[in-house]
Amino acid sequence: MRLLITLVSALVTVLVTTSAQAFCGFYVARADTSLFNRASQVVLVRDEDKTVITMANDFEGDAEDFAVVIPVPTMIEGEQINVGDRAVIEHLDAYTSPRIVEYHDGDPCVVYERLEMSSNDAAFPSASKQLKRSARSRGVTIEAQYTVGEYDILILSATQSDGLIQWLVENDYRIPSGAERVVDSYLKQDMRFFVAKVNLEEQSKLGFQYLRPLQVAYESNRFMLPIRLGTLNAKGKQELYVYALTRTGRVETTNYRTVKLPSNVTVPEFVEDEFANFYRAMFDRQTKAENERAVFLEYAWDMGWCDPCAADPLSARELRQLGVFWLGQHDVESKRAIQPRAQNVFVTRLHVRYDAEHFPEDLMFQETGDRQNYQGRYVIQHPWKGEASCDISQYKASVRDRQEREAQQLANLTGWDLGDIHKKIPFAGGAPEPEKEPWWKRLWN
Amino acid sequence: MKLLSPLRDPRYFQVAVLTSLLAVGIGILNFGIHWQNAATIMLTAQFVQYIGTRLAGLPRFDPLSALITSLSLTLLLRTEFASLAATAAVIAIGSKFLIRFRNKHVFNPANVALVSLMLLSDRAWVSSGQWGSAAIGAFALACLGFLVLTRAKRAETTIAFVWAFGTLLVGRAVWLGDPLSIPLHQLQNGALLIFAFFMISDPKTTPDAPFGRALFGAVVAAVAFTIQFIFYQPNGPILALILCAPLVPLIDTLLHGSHYQWDKPGARPSASLKGVHS
Repeated sequence: MRLLITLVSALVTVLVTTSAQAFCGFYVARADTSLFNRASQVVLVRDEDKTVITMANDFEGDAEDFAVVIPVPTMIEGEQINVGDRAVIEHLDAYTSPRIVEYHDGDPCVVYERLEMSSNDAAFPSASKQLKRSARSRGVTIEAQYTVGEYDILILSATQSDGLIQWLVENDYRIPSGAERVVDSYLKQDMRFFVAKVNLEEQSKLGFQYLRPLQVAYESNRFMLPIRLGTLNAKGKQELYVYALTRTGRVETTNYRTVKLPSNVTVPEFVEDEFANFYRAMFDRQTKAENERAVFLEYAWDMGWCDPCAADPLSARELRQLGVFWLGQHDVESKRAIQPRAQNVFVTRLHVRYDAEHFPEDLMFQETGDRQNYQGRYVIQHPWKGEASCDISQYKASVRDRQEREAQQLANLTGWDLGDIHKKIPFAGGAPEPEKEPWWKRLWN
Repeated sequence: MKLLSPLRDPRYFQVAVLTSLLAVGIGILNFGIHWQNAATIMLTAQFVQYIGTRLAGLPRFDPLSALITSLSLTLLLRTEFASLAATAAVIAIGSKFLIRFRNKHVFNPANVALVSLMLLSDRAWVSSGQWGSAAIGAFALACLGFLVLTRAKRAETTIAFVWAFGTLLVGRAVWLGDPLSIPLHQLQNGALLIFAFFMISDPKTTPDAPFGRALFGAVVAAVAFTIQFIFYQPNGPILALILCAPLVPLIDTLLHGSHYQWDKPGARPSASLKGVHS
């Protein structure tokens, strides 16, 4: 009789932490501070033409030297800029992260009962005048200057890119080479720029050890993310995570292919301890398979729930902080003990590795009518390790076949060597016969 | 019954190219085409074509055009609901029989269905960026092959559209000081190629006179460019075609030309296509 292996599930989620974060604009720095955009996290909230963008920042270095030039598709005023809470982005990152799901085989000798235990609470690692005068002479008008949180914001209306660039140079900022051309192109497309600098006094008053994310709310028919400036002061390829929060459905790029990463694959047990490595290797391989020109979908889900949950869905209050303006104030200020789940919010997490060669154009997006849920979910199926009270040779044989399949799948996904994978798998009933190498394998090397 | 020579009717070639694209799209690129939708669109389109043929009292049932419309729709329309896919097929084929002017249908069937669905429902959309660069290369070759095979007969619309759209994109890049890789990237778009070679090229919904067709292609390109790069909305070409469709009867009134018949595409077809056989 064939054994039926019923799952006794304990869902444990392991998260890939998106370590480095940065702005999507370009950094400018004084003196010799070397600054690189490594990875950016951007939250885009969009409905009709109304957009709220939140840019997370992981700038590490002397805050005194820091400034960032951010392009926006339209003119903005000081009140449209806000400083957000980094914890909310971390929560969103955790909620949408690729996850590992663990299942345990039950005792093969017992008549099974389906037991399901979900652990939503599974621990996760948390996951001025002189200025103005010099500006005018350069064809740059400082339209306004504000202090928002720890930032001094200068809203510039430059008519010419060389004016803006020269102004930055004269104020001791280092400009990546090639910036002028791109800035000029953006200006002709009616895009505007603002410069954010750290106000040290405000920062020490506020007591933050890190720079908080900047948020901008604007209305524009352009659903896009300018990435061209970001490629200028980057060494090699950059990582970008875009979290889109929309009312109807999944967001995709219209000028690049959006591809779902392989998901719902059963992988060997050891991947649990090497999840970050596994995910990186798989992402590398998939990127190459798409000729390094694709945007990858990592998560698409209705914000109201999750299964399994890598982290609880964001509360209405958190979503409102990110700029989800269509959630009424009423929902946020509800004093009920149980906060209602957010409705009408669909989250899309996109991951793109880009450089100027493969992504010459800015990312253009559209909201689709697709409300199908998708998540990066990788399954670990632990074999039964308890004492057997009956003959389990048949069960062991089936586990062995399964482990072999998992090894093969892992090799396909990551490009890792099958031999190395085999070494890390405790095969049921001992190690497998070493695979017989074809005679020609070592003929010429 | 005498069979038509496949090479005399360019639609056979179109069916072959679109079918291969669909196979690649479902099998390899995996870009979200549900086979259920494909089947629903094909069957519904043929059914409506049959009913329309009977009601309009046409001499014979011609499944080819409806098949091409179905293939274009399947390739471009995305929805999770088979009912919306079926609605699209009904609108597409129905419009051919119902919205007519001087013995010609006004709107391109697949085009009118796509735009109607986008307006009627927020659960249907057009995915324009879902083609890898390799697929686009192969597809572009197939499109060029099509032009060679048909000796560019009635291809003025396509040529004028591609030329005008390409010129506008390159012109924009030059004005902005952008590298040429940007307009090249913008042209490497699967949906754009389907549009140029299989939608706007439809001789039944384009002007009868050659100059009229070239003019129409260029106007559609200008409107598409405006939608996409001045108003920054996706799907510029598809929206442009529907906006420009009413111009066709006007151009036909001003410029006279011969009405197109699928099985008699040119004056001397056998002479010009013999070389392909031998």
